Amino acid sequence: MKVILEHLTKKFPSRNRKSKEEVIAVNDFNFEIPDGKLIGLLGPSGCGKSTTLNLICGLQMPTGGKILFGDDDVTNLPPENRGVGMVFQNYALYPHLTVEQNIIFPLQNLKGADKLTKEQMKQKAAEAARLVQIDHLMERKPNELSGGQQQRVAIARALVKIPRVLLLDEPLSNLDARLRLQTREEIRRIQQETKITTIFVTHDQEEAMSISDMIVVMKDGVVMQIGAPQDVYDDPTNLFVAKFLGTPPINVFEGEIKGGKLLIGGQEVLSVPGAADQEVYAGVRPEGFILDPEGPLSCRLNRVEVMGRDISVISQHDAAPGVMIRSIISAENQVDTTGAEVRFSLKPYKTHIFNKATEERVRFDIA
Amino acid sequence: MENNNRKGWLYLLPAILFLGVFMVYPLVDVFVYSFEEGYNSASQTFFGTGGYNYSYVLRDPYFLQALKNTLILVAITVPLSTGIALLISVLLNSIEKLRDFFQTVFFLPYVTNTLAVGLVFMILFKKTPYSDGLVNLIIQFFGAKGVDFIDGPYAAKMFVLCFYTIWIVMPFKILILTSALASVDQGLYNAAKVDGTSRLRIFTRITLPMISPMIFYLVITGFIGAFKAYSDAVAIFGTNLNAAEMNTIVGYVYDMLYGDSGGYPSYASAAAIILFAIVLTITVINLLVSRRHVHYS
Repeated sequence: MKVILEHLTKKFPSRNRKSKEEVIAVNDFNFEIPDGKLIGLLGPSGCGKSTTLNLICGLQMPTGGKILFGDDDVTNLPPENRGVGMVFQNYALYPHLTVEQNIIFPLQNLKGADKLTKEQMKQKAAEAARLVQIDHLMERKPNELSGGQQQRVAIARALVKIPRVLLLDEPLSNLDARLRLQTREEIRRIQQETKITTIFVTHDQEEAMSISDMIVVMKDGVVMQIGAPQDVYDDPTNLFVAKFLGTPPINVFEGEIKGGKLLIGGQEVLSVPGAADQEVYAGVRPEGFILDPEGPLSCRLNRVEVMGRDISVISQHDAAPGVMIRSIISAENQVDTTGAEVRFSLKPYKTHIFNKATEERVRFDIA
Repeated sequence: MENNNRKGWLYLLPAILFLGVFMVYPLVDVFVYSFEEGYNSASQTFFGTGGYNYSYVLRDPYFLQALKNTLILVAITVPLSTGIALLISVLLNSIEKLRDFFQTVFFLPYVTNTLAVGLVFMILFKKTPYSDGLVNLIIQFFGAKGVDFIDGPYAAKMFVLCFYTIWIVMPFKILILTSALASVDQGLYNAAKVDGTSRLRIFTRITLPMISPMIFYLVITGFIGAFKAYSDAVAIFGTNLNAAEMNTIVGYVYDMLYGDSGGYPSYASAAAIILFAIVLTITVINLLVSRRHVHYS
């Protein structure tokens, strides 16, 4: 099922009685989610991603704009008529019901022609449980399950009605690190098997990048960028997106463009043909540095971290005050750890330049 | 280990002494009294031991009246007060405006003195040479014939007593239930809503089970409280409850000890033990029923 968001807006009335200012949680969200894809809604806390999810599932009503599932306008439909399945951050499993009763619960709400017999319900619940591999836990109560198992029960409950759209709110945030890796693969697998359009919310960029077909990066209720994870990573439209994606994060230098050259700390470091003269931020991905004794970018060497396959060179530069510059280079390179200085040249396609005032991307031709 | 044990007992000693002297000893003593026939409190002597006290009490019309009154009171007030309190709590929980105001209003009876409330009820219900009472005036306004609620027919008096009891126990139940309702995870309601659960089903399948421990607590304490009713009846009908046919079991026990016809600790003890047996039975039944219907998280 294709999901279309048109000028979706949600404003909350001001909490503070004195200032009449409204809080705009979601501002003019436009997006067409293709059928059967896994979409990651990504952004820092309070950016409106959970509100967006609540708007799509119908727990909150938008103040403006439209939501369409395929050709159906569901904007004003209550949640139960939208055909959505939702997995809540804390799973919201009914603690007094067994796993099986939890999964069956949505089926028991069906009325009229959709009504199922007890056997049909049990069978559907068993299918959903098998899909998420919890069919051996059916008689347990939620508090007798581990976090990961509870998560699976929540997914099974959301899937049992075969929703048109599956929504997951921070599905991995309550799991430990190892389980998180495992569960995100699981979500990917389940989505691929069921082919249900799935939207999930996360503040963890790694999580979003690793399993999504497309990611939507949000900030303060505004969509910053939409695209395939690799495309967004390689081609951020503004400084926020560049900073938000990638671990370790992008290294940002203050600099300027003069005559088609990028200057950092007054030093010419990269040729940027086609870019106008202006004050800029230059963002360099950790993997964008080349260790080069003759390189134009000179940094004060701080320390070297050996990570086996790679080495991480930590250094400082006056044009990036107060932050450590982290560059990742292949371990085959020899780094002279005795010197006080380390020199790099930059990979042009790993260097993103942003206007200092607008923080929008400044493009240049890569030779 | 030995030393630690002794220290533990030492810490417990004050409580053990206190409870032993004022709780355990009297309880045992009541049990003993109830089997001592013809006990004389002045000479502290008795004729013999046996079940005569019980057979006397169980044949005493005043006791049977008190037993009947108590059972009716329990059967009417416990379910009604819990049910109405639940209804009010759910309504309170669903409104946003004026919630604090109504919560305060509903809580007022709890902080009001029992006898003061009794006085108000007298004004509402009592017939005097000067007035028929406020409730009767309202009844007469609608064309029906007034009833004497305080000195009139049994049913009218029982109605007032039940009404009063329900009114006086309600605030505490509302307080407990509103906080229980507020503590139910909102996420569960959201999940149920997304799944298209009807409001009635949300209430019966989610809300009720989630607050069932609190309801169970209220039912048990409600039963015990209603069985122990006494002061409420005094507040409305005065101290001569036997004459008013409005005595309760605890009232009977009191009368047997200190009333005008009192001075019979053995009969009082037997009545108290009978009351204890009834309450124990009801509580055990409650516990058995709760195993199946109460969900502790």
